[in-house]
Amino acid sequence: MNIHEYQAKHLLQEYGVPVPRGYAATNSREVETALSHLGDEMIVVKAQIHAGGRGKGTFTDGYKGGVKVVKTPEAAREAANHMLDNTLVTAQTGPEGRKVQTLYLTEGCDIEHEYYLAIVLDRETAQSVIIASTEGGMDIEEVADKTPEKLIRVSVCPNMGLRSHQCRQVAFALGFKGDQVKQFAGILTGVYKMFWEKNAMLVEINPLVTDKDGNLSALDAKVSFDGNAIFQHPDIGQLRDLNEEDPKEIEASKHNLAYIALDGNIACMVNGAGLAMATMDIIQSFGGSPANFLDVGGGANEDQVTAAFKIILSDPNVKGILVNIFGGIMKCDVIANGIVAAAKNVDMTVPLVVRLEGTNVEAGKKILRESGVALTPADSLAQAAEIIVEQVQSHS
Amino acid sequence: MSILVNKDTRLVVQGITGKTGTFHTQQCIEYGTKVVAGVTPGKGGQMWEDKVPVCNTVAEAVKEHGANASVIYVPPAFAADSILEAIEADIPLVICITEGVPVRDMAEVRRRLEFNDTKTRLIGPNCPGIITPGECKIGIMPGYIHKPGRVGVISRSGTLTYEAVWQLTQRGHGQSTCIGIGGDPINGTSQLDAVRMLNEDPDTDAIIMIGEIGGSAEEEACAYIKENVKKPVAGFIAGASAPKGRTMGHAGAIVSASGAGTAEAKFAAMEDAGVSIARNPSEIADALLRIYKG
Repeated sequence: MNIHEYQAKHLLQEYGVPVPRGYAATNSREVETALSHLGDEMIVVKAQIHAGGRGKGTFTDGYKGGVKVVKTPEAAREAANHMLDNTLVTAQTGPEGRKVQTLYLTEGCDIEHEYYLAIVLDRETAQSVIIASTEGGMDIEEVADKTPEKLIRVSVCPNMGLRSHQCRQVAFALGFKGDQVKQFAGILTGVYKMFWEKNAMLVEINPLVTDKDGNLSALDAKVSFDGNAIFQHPDIGQLRDLNEEDPKEIEASKHNLAYIALDGNIACMVNGAGLAMATMDIIQSFGGSPANFLDVGGGANEDQVTAAFKIILSDPNVKGILVNIFGGIMKCDVIANGIVAAAKNVDMTVPLVVRLEGTNVEAGKKILRESGVALTPADSLAQAAEIIVEQVQSHS
Repeated sequence: MSILVNKDTRLVVQGITGKTGTFHTQQCIEYGTKVVAGVTPGKGGQMWEDKVPVCNTVAEAVKEHGANASVIYVPPAFAADSILEAIEADIPLVICITEGVPVRDMAEVRRRLEFNDTKTRLIGPNCPGIITPGECKIGIMPGYIHKPGRVGVISRSGTLTYEAVWQLTQRGHGQSTCIGIGGDPINGTSQLDAVRMLNEDPDTDAIIMIGEIGGSAEEEACAYIKENVKKPVAGFIAGASAPKGRTMGHAGAIVSASGAGTAEAKFAAMEDAGVSIARNPSEIADALLRIYKG
């Protein structure tokens, strides 16, 4: 689960990490309140969306830049007016962009140097890894590709936790001296503590900066949490912003369905994540394009199957549906009943191909045959994919 | 003799009195698995369904009933603790079916598994389990799709494994042991561990490895296969059509070494290791039968 920059910075602040003073605003009245707190100095206006590349982004009405550094409250007000409720397109949002519903207004900072600092959970070693670089403010993947020697990595044992010598190791590697070493150690300790206590998967501060007086602060922050652990942290759960999620994905999560919207036109409904991905693959290998990933899980019932059909059909791009169920513990006749009930319950406007296999498959196929529901049965996954791709192409 | 489980396996079920635990324990007993005990703290001394004694602790199940394998069906919040309890009781094999275990919990469990005094192999979490057809089924897979034989199957995914197993069975080829290692980022047994065990098993003649995008588990297994495995191996990777970048952030992509983790990279590693590739999930068994006549 991702959160906004302003939420991430508030959390970091709670863990003792210095961040520039700032205020979130969702309307012009809150913008005025923020400006009254910030005074007449340099002000930064930042669009809050769950995507990177905001500074270089362009709004759909042509206004440039989702991050503006301005010198006066008037200029800040103007920038805020342009950004609020406008749609920002960045390298990470896709062409449709994201509507900006929250701004973050912060005090400016006289930057001396920009650093990169992140902690991430590495699946290979099953340890947290600190990643740091003197080349902050830019795309860290580029740094890793072009100058890997500038990337500092230190693994932290989950049972030992972060140790002082590791903080010093990173601080010296980044070239800090004197009091800055202490400041940096304090920041890293806070970031790690937050990462670990809150079950984060990633905490990224880019850039971490030094100002003209040599003081360190976190200028931008990106944090994402382990969705499996949110139940342990109700405070983090409250930071979820439904505006940032696809409405179909929100609806799916209410029914315990794993759904991810894609941009193709053949919807699929499958039990099991691996088989769901494999079903998307086979649609593609027959020249079709999957409209979604949808895993109904091992114990799907009639209600879930109905909900799944409704979600699939709410996507206007969908021109056909492929249902692929390998009945194991979940018996095929139960699934078939669910499909029939759902098909009668929702307005099925596109071709439907159903492939059932596994426990009680003959009973399941019989139910489908005798239901009167307009669908094409298939005997194998390959046949099912071939038929649905053919049907969708001949209709369009 | 197959690997890890057989007719002599004595299973304890952690979470036996729960709904999921009860249902799947019945299925496993019907298949012929020897379930010697269950564990539900506070319900020690009771009998589950008049058939299986319930203990308060795993240690008690080992001492009183000679359990030598454990399966875990407890909710995600308690799964890591249940695994650690089984490790402390020196159970040689622990299979965690539970889905949704926090990754941080698994990081701690993995470190415990690496201790020198650990006698446990963990399979899972978030996996269908393990089966040696005709002898012992531990987990949630449908028993009837399997058939005793000499092909070993390893997979990160549940239903996709059933797909491959069913293809084998329909073509007349049985399985020695099928292991679902689970789809979570941090798990107990890797593709490499499973390939090594099947390679060393005299009763396994051929191997099917089914992977997914993400991580480098398949690449590591392929490096081993290239150097050490003479048995025929076939493979498939799910997720070639999945969009990139719906996972973590930049730092996450960097840690899993640039370029690694994609379906193309994994297929390439398989090709390089001499693995027979199924480009299409409906051809997994056929990919093996191109190089293995059985």
